[in-house]
Parts: sequence; structure tokens; C-alpha cells
Amino acid sequence: MSDSRVAVVFDSVVLPVLALAGAVLLFGGFVWLGGTSPTETWLLLFKGAFGDAFSWQNTLQRAAPLMLTALCVAIPQRAGLMVIGGEGALVLGGLACAGLPYLFAPPAGVMGTVLVLLASALAGGAWIALAGVLRQYRGVNETIGSLLMSYLAIGLFKHFVEGPMKDPSSLNKPSTLPLNESNLLGLLPGYEVHWGLVWGAVACVVAGLWLFGSTHGFATRVVGGNARAARLVGLPSHQLIITACGLGGACAGLAGGIEVAAVHTNANASLIAGLGYTGILVSFVARHNPFAVIPVAILFGGFGSAGSLLQRRLDLPDASVLVLQGFAFVLILASEALRGRMGEWMVRQQAVRAERVAHETSRARLAREQAALDAARQEAA
Amino acid sequence: MSDASLWGDVAVAVLGGAIRVGTPFLFVSLGECLTEKTGRINLGLEGVLVLSAMAGFAGSYLTGSPWAGVLLAGVAGALLAMLHGLLCSLPRVNDIATGIALMLLGAGLAFYLGKPLIQPQAAQIPSIELGMWSDSAQVQAALRINALFPIGVLLAALMAWALADTRWGLIVRMAGDSSDAARALGYSVNTVRVLATTAGGFIAGIGGASLSLYYPGSWNEGLSSGQGLIAVALVIFARWRPMACLGAALLFGGAGALGPALQSVGIGWGYHLFNAMPYALTLLILVWTCSPKQALQGAPMELGVSR
Repeated sequence: MSDSRVAVVFDSVVLPVLALAGAVLLFGGFVWLGGTSPTETWLLLFKGAFGDAFSWQNTLQRAAPLMLTALCVAIPQRAGLMVIGGEGALVLGGLACAGLPYLFAPPAGVMGTVLVLLASALAGGAWIALAGVLRQYRGVNETIGSLLMSYLAIGLFKHFVEGPMKDPSSLNKPSTLPLNESNLLGLLPGYEVHWGLVWGAVACVVAGLWLFGSTHGFATRVVGGNARAARLVGLPSHQLIITACGLGGACAGLAGGIEVAAVHTNANASLIAGLGYTGILVSFVARHNPFAVIPVAILFGGFGSAGSLLQRRLDLPDASVLVLQGFAFVLILASEALRGRMGEWMVRQQAVRAERVAHETSRARLAREQAALDAARQEAA
Repeated sequence: MSDASLWGDVAVAVLGGAIRVGTPFLFVSLGECLTEKTGRINLGLEGVLVLSAMAGFAGSYLTGSPWAGVLLAGVAGALLAMLHGLLCSLPRVNDIATGIALMLLGAGLAFYLGKPLIQPQAAQIPSIELGMWSDSAQVQAALRINALFPIGVLLAALMAWALADTRWGLIVRMAGDSSDAARALGYSVNTVRVLATTAGGFIAGIGGASLSLYYPGSWNEGLSSGQGLIAVALVIFARWRPMACLGAALLFGGAGALGPALQSVGIGWGYHLFNAMPYALTLLILVWTCSPKQALQGAPMELGVSR
């Protein structure tokens, strides 16, 4: 492996892994302060996430929406915008998915499923694209703007679910009318995991291929790298940025649609579960690389499914996963400070080596000249 | 009840609510104002608000004194904010991303540590009765104000004076407007920023205590939903002037009180929509005040968010 390759692997793999390991260690110390055994916590954390087939299924089930909400951060980030309103797009996507049958009856079967999921992606995409429009045309900071829009979206969601779209038979937990049975998203053949996992993974791969393998994706990354330079070479930066926001939002909206069509069957308050916020963390750990989002989402899906085991076995609060996520986020950002250090160190080592070689050759030359001199002296004598 | 008196009741309730709901906004926006004056934005004040609300409630519950709770809330807020300040002092660490991380961490720690505090009652911050001159129960209720509110008003005035007329205020503004100038005069920009962020966290923490110890006056996990973030946007609206933060906080408090006020007179329709009013208002104000072409007037030059 060449030196630069080693430095890249250190930055993009070793550093995040070290930061995550540090977060798990720190979490152990944190529960230890509360009188819980850290070793048992770590063991259950692993068991609950990847211990057996059941936990793997649970983990993958939770990873599917995280992949999509992470893309809602990663894609706009590549275009230079820090959008954190994925939760709002997810919630509206769920509402659109459950709401489409109120407008017209979608066809039974797969066509209907595609239609309701398309509605959810459109709703989410339009919502985040609006945050991009506000940023580009009105100068509203997209981080604050998209998060405020998230709270607005949750207000809208609650209004419709508890008001005009409420199913009269849902008394204790207000929800919309359930989707038609034939429109629900089924399980993968032979597994207890729904098709949402495939949708999520495919979205990540497609987003990665688009960003790193297409002209349009390249243009988007140029705008994200330096917007002024992009305008100078004639790239339509507004259009590219808003498209990136729309695509990211469509992914988050799709996550909401999948949660409705595969898990809840209707839109209700269980949809507001912070999946959008965990997606932000997933994207940061993956360094906003869509391909890396897949394994990272599985890891955090695993932490999520281990959370309920920790709650049952060790009586830890349900927020323990949130604490672990918080530690992971802080350490990932702190590790940013070490980025590039490996490369610098290796360049320095190379320079030292080169100097030593140069030094040795000059010493060898001196020795040779000295030997020649000695030989000449001996001859003269 | 006639229509006129109905709307009168709503108006009085909104006015009273402006102070009741606006007090946490006031403290958080003052804390954020101080932080942003040094050239950094702390979105983590949302997390600070939740954590300090929990800490304040715990302090009051354990000691029986609400003021001990307020102090503990401030300290908890200062510690979390200090973490933001220190992290951002590392090379290549972005202040907005750190803020997002602290939002998650603050909420996580608060929910984890606050689990046993959801049921009990804690001693509340006393209120000051300003409505004794009136016979109307509504007016009396509206003018029963949080004892922290006058402290916040004094603090705003103090901050306005200190920023404008003291040596410390000058150092803070210099770090925010030209870090090169501050460095040239021998001040460590990072130290100034960490100290200001920590102090800002303490002030915002008092706002958290106001949430859990006055209104709504209990600890639960839905206590703060974006108030800290609204306060960050308020500072932009107030153009980084502490006294303008006071006006903005009252305006937003009034908007936040609209939903409960309408519900109290029996208008249940659109409850969730009216509760979302402050977010909509914040967004509208951002759209109205921001401009894509130039930096905002009064914005600290080093601040990334005001672009």
C-alpha cells in the first residue's frame, strides 16, 4: 500500500472506528457511575445488536430508515449545505404516504405501493428543496431554517392526524386510516426484514454512483467545494444546490413512507421517533459518503435495537442510546482535529529517510575519496 | 360570553403569556448573543436548555430551594457550553456541527438522568404579583410574573452596557469582529471565545430553570422543543443587541402563548397549528431580515452564520 493510501484509510476508517470505540468505552464509564456493570452493558450492546438472527433482523429493520435520513444530510452536504431537517421531511413523507388514499384509491398491489412511496418522496423532497430555496434566494441559514421547518412539519402532521385525517375508530392513539392491505410493503422472502432495507441500500448506492461517477454529481461536488469558483466556470449553482436538497429530502420522505407502509400501516405519532436526528449522526460518522452510510446505519440500527435490551435486562432508561449517540457525535467531531495528521507524519518520515540516504551517500563518497587518497599515499611511499 | 370579551380574554392571556413563555427565550437569546459576539455560533443551546431544565428541577427537588435549582441549572448549562467552546477550539472543528452534536448529547443526558424526576414535584420559583390593582382575575393572572423575568431585564441592560462601554466588552467584540486584531493585541481568541461561550451557557441555563421551575413548571421529556433554536434565530432578528433581544423574546413569548390562550377560551381547532406559530414566525422573520447579497447589519464579522 502506498503512503498516501495509508493516510486516506487512516482518516476515513481508522479515525471513525477509534472515535466510536471511544464512545462505547465512555458509555461504559457513564453507566458505571450509576452502578451498572460496564462489561455487562458492552456485552448486551453487542448481543442486542448482532448477537443472533433475531437481533440482526431487528437491527436491519432499524437501519433502513437511518440510511435514507442520513442521505438527507449527506447529499446536501456535498453541495455545501448543512441540512438537519430530515425529521420534518420524514414526518411529512409518512403523512403523504398515508394521505394519498384520501385523494384517490391507489391501485391494489405493487403499483399502489410504488405510488404511495412516490408521494412520500415528493413531499419530503419539496420540503427540503424549500429550505434550499430559502437559503439560496433569501440567505436564510439552512441549518436553522431546516430545523425550524421540522418543527413546523411536526405541527402540521399532528394537526392532520388528530384532525381532518383522523380515523374515527382510533381513540387512544390518534392515527389516519390504515393503508390498503395489498399496498403494504412486505417482507423479504425468507427473512423477517421488510423491503425498506433494499430501498435504503439501493438509494445509498445510487446516490454514491451519482455523486462520484456522473457529471452532474461532479458539478454538485464542485459547487459544494467552492461555490464562487463553480459560478466562475458557469455552473448553475442555485439549481444544483436546490436539486441536491430535493434529492436528500426525497430520501428522508421515502423513509417516512416506508415506516408507514412497512411498520405502522397508518400515520401516527410513533413516526416522530428521532430517526431524522440519528440520521445526522450516521452521515457525520460516514463522512457524508453515501457508500459508507450503509454500514454506519447498520451499526446505529444495532445500537437502537440493543437499547431495548439494555432497558429490559439492566433497567437502564430508554434514553441510554441517546447518550451513547451523543458521545459518539462529540468524539467523531473531536477526531476531525486529527484528520490529515497521519499524512503529515508520513511525509515527515519520508523527508527524514531521504535526508538519511543523502547523508549516507555523501559519507560513502568521502570514504571512497579517502581510500583513494590513502592508496595514492601508500604508492608514493 | 360575548365575542368582544372573548377576544379581550385572549389578548390579556397572550400579553401575560408573552412574559411567562418569553422568559426562557430572553435568557437563551442573551446567552447566544454573548457567544455570537465573539464570533462563534452555539446551536447546542437547545441541548443546554433541556439539560439545565432537568438540572434545575433536580436541584430544587433535592435541596427544597428553587434558587439552588437555578444555580445548578446555570452550572450545568455552563459545563455543556464549555464543552462546545473547547471542542470548537480544536483545529478544523466546525461550530455548527458541534452545536448539532451537543443538541443530541444534552437531550440524551437530560432524559437519562431525569428519568426519576418525571413524577415528583419540586419547589417553584416565586412569582411577583403586579396585578393587585385590578379586580379582574384574568388581569391578575396575566400580571403574575416570573421572578426571573426582572433579573433577565436587568441582565439585558447590563450586557448592553458592558458590551458597549467596558474593556471586557471591547475584547469580546474584537474577538468577534476581527480575530487578527485581537491576536495582534495579545489576546488569545480561543480563550475569549471559550469563556464567552461558557458564560453564555450559564445564562441560557437560567432560562432552562425557568422552564422546569416556573412555566410549565415540571420536568418531562417534551419540555423544550426547539425553544433554544428559536432563541438562536431571535438573536439574528435582534441584530445582536441585548435590549432588542428583550423585545424579540416578548414577541415570541406572545406567539407561543397564542395556542394555550385560544384553548383556554374553548377554541380547540388547530391547536397544533397555533402551537407551531413561533416556528413559522421565526422562519418568516428570517426570510424578511436576511439577504443573500450582503452580511447583516450589526453582525459580528467573524460569524459564519450571518452570511
